Amino acid sequence: MCLGIPAKIVEIYPQGDLKMAKVDFGGVMKEVCLEYVPEAKVGDYCLIHVGFAISLMDEEEAQETLKLIGEVAAIEDELASEAGSDEVR
Amino acid sequence: MKYVDEYRDPIKVRTLLDEIGASLTRPWVLMEICGGQTHAFLHHGLDEMLPSQLELVHGPGCPVCVTPLEQIDRALEIAARPEVIFTSYGDMLRVPGSTRDLFAVRAAGGDVRVVYSPLEAVTLAEGHPERQVVFFAIGFETTAPANAMAVLQAHQKGLKNFSVLVSHVRVPPAIEAILGSSSNRVQAFLAAGHVCAVMGYHEYPPIAQKYRVPIVVTGFEPVDLLRGVLAAVRQLEAGRFEVENAYERAVTFEGNRPAQAVIQRVFQPVDRKWRGIGVIPQSGWGLRPEFDEFDAEKRFPVGQIQTQESPLCIAGEILQGLKKPPQCSAYGVQCTPQTPLGAPMVSAEGACAAYYRYHRQVEND
Repeated sequence: MCLGIPAKIVEIYPQGDLKMAKVDFGGVMKEVCLEYVPEAKVGDYCLIHVGFAISLMDEEEAQETLKLIGEVAAIEDELASEAGSDEVR
Repeated sequence: MKYVDEYRDPIKVRTLLDEIGASLTRPWVLMEICGGQTHAFLHHGLDEMLPSQLELVHGPGCPVCVTPLEQIDRALEIAARPEVIFTSYGDMLRVPGSTRDLFAVRAAGGDVRVVYSPLEAVTLAEGHPERQVVFFAIGFETTAPANAMAVLQAHQKGLKNFSVLVSHVRVPPAIEAILGSSSNRVQAFLAAGHVCAVMGYHEYPPIAQKYRVPIVVTGFEPVDLLRGVLAAVRQLEAGRFEVENAYERAVTFEGNRPAQAVIQRVFQPVDRKWRGIGVIPQSGWGLRPEFDEFDAEKRFPVGQIQTQESPLCIAGEILQGLKKPPQCSAYGVQCTPQTPLGAPMVSAEGACAAYYRYHRQVEND
C-alpha cells in the first residue's frame, strides 16, 4: 500500500475545488489529485500514491545520485585496471 | 519509465554491492520497516546478493498486516449491512477476519467495492444518496493524506452518507517500540521512503540519538535499496548513528507540508492496537472530534466483537522481526496466499507473501 509510482503530468484541470491531473505511468493514464503538490506543472514527474501526488520528483537530486554512483564505478574500474597491469608486470 | 529504469541498472547495482562488501568488516542486522521494501529486496533477489554477514530483518510496515482483527471483523459486519456500499483498497479484501473475509461478504450479497483512490468513495456517496458509503481508511503516513482529503471533501460537500472506518498507523512509534523491546536485534533502520515523502524525516533524529541507531531514508528500486544499505553499513562500521537521506529525489527533511497540514486538520494521534503486536501508545491516527459524524464506528455500532486468531499463525513474531516466515510450521502448508491464516500471507507488503512468492518460485525452478 505504501508503493508510490512516478508518473508524468500530462494535463492539469480543476474538478470541484480540487486540482486534478491526467498522468502517464509509462503508457497507462490515470487521474490523480495534485492538491499536495500545488507547484506541479505539465511535464513534471510526481510520485503517485492511491490517486494522490505526494511528492514532486527532484531532477537535480536524481542526476546527482546517478552521477555519484557513476564516479564510484569509474574509480573502481581504474583501480581494477591498475591491479590488472600490476599482475602483468 | 523515468526515475525507475535508471535505478535498476545492473552495473550500478553491482558497483553498490561491491561497495557494501568492501565496507563490511563484521556482521550487522538491518531492518527495512516497509513491507514494500521487503518485497522489492526479494523480487530483485538483492537479499541473496548481499554479503551473508548482513542480515535483513523485515519490519511491521505492512498496513494490511497490522490492522487489528477487531477492526477487520467490524469492517465485515458493516460491509454486510444491506444499506452499505463498503469501499476499500484492493489488498484488504482477502485479509482473514475471525471467520471470513470481505470477499466472502461480497459473495454472500454484500456490496463491497475496490477503489483506487478514496476520492472515488466520495464520488460514489454523491451518486448514491440513498445508500451509505463506508471507506476502510487504513494505512501508514503515505495513505493518510489521501484518506484525510476524502473526509475533508465529504465535510465540505455536506455529505450525510459517507463515513470512514479508520485504522491509521504511524512509523516512528513502531520503530521506538521495536528498539525499546528487550528482544530487539536491529542495529540500523532503513526508513520507508514514501512515508518520508509525506512526513519528511525530522521525526527521526531524536530516535537515532536515543537508541544510538543509524536511520537511513531509503527508496524502493534496487539502486535505492542498496544505497540505503550502504549508508547504514558505513555508519555502523564507523560507529555513527545519524539520520541520512538516500532517497533525495523524492524526500526532503520537511516532507510534504500541505499534506501534513490536511492530516493534522482531520486526524489526531491516538493509541493504536497493531495486529500481532499489541497496543503501541500514540501510534495511530483517529478522526478529530469535529469529524465525528464521518466515523463509521459511531454510525454503525456493531456491539461487542469476539475475535479469534488462527492458533497456528505467528504473524506477531514475523511482524516484529523475531522470526522469518519459513520458521512458521504453517508456512506454505496450511498457510498459502490462496488459503491465508494471517494477513502477512495476503498483502503485497506482507513478509510471508514475499517469501512464498519469490523464494518458492526459485525453489521450484
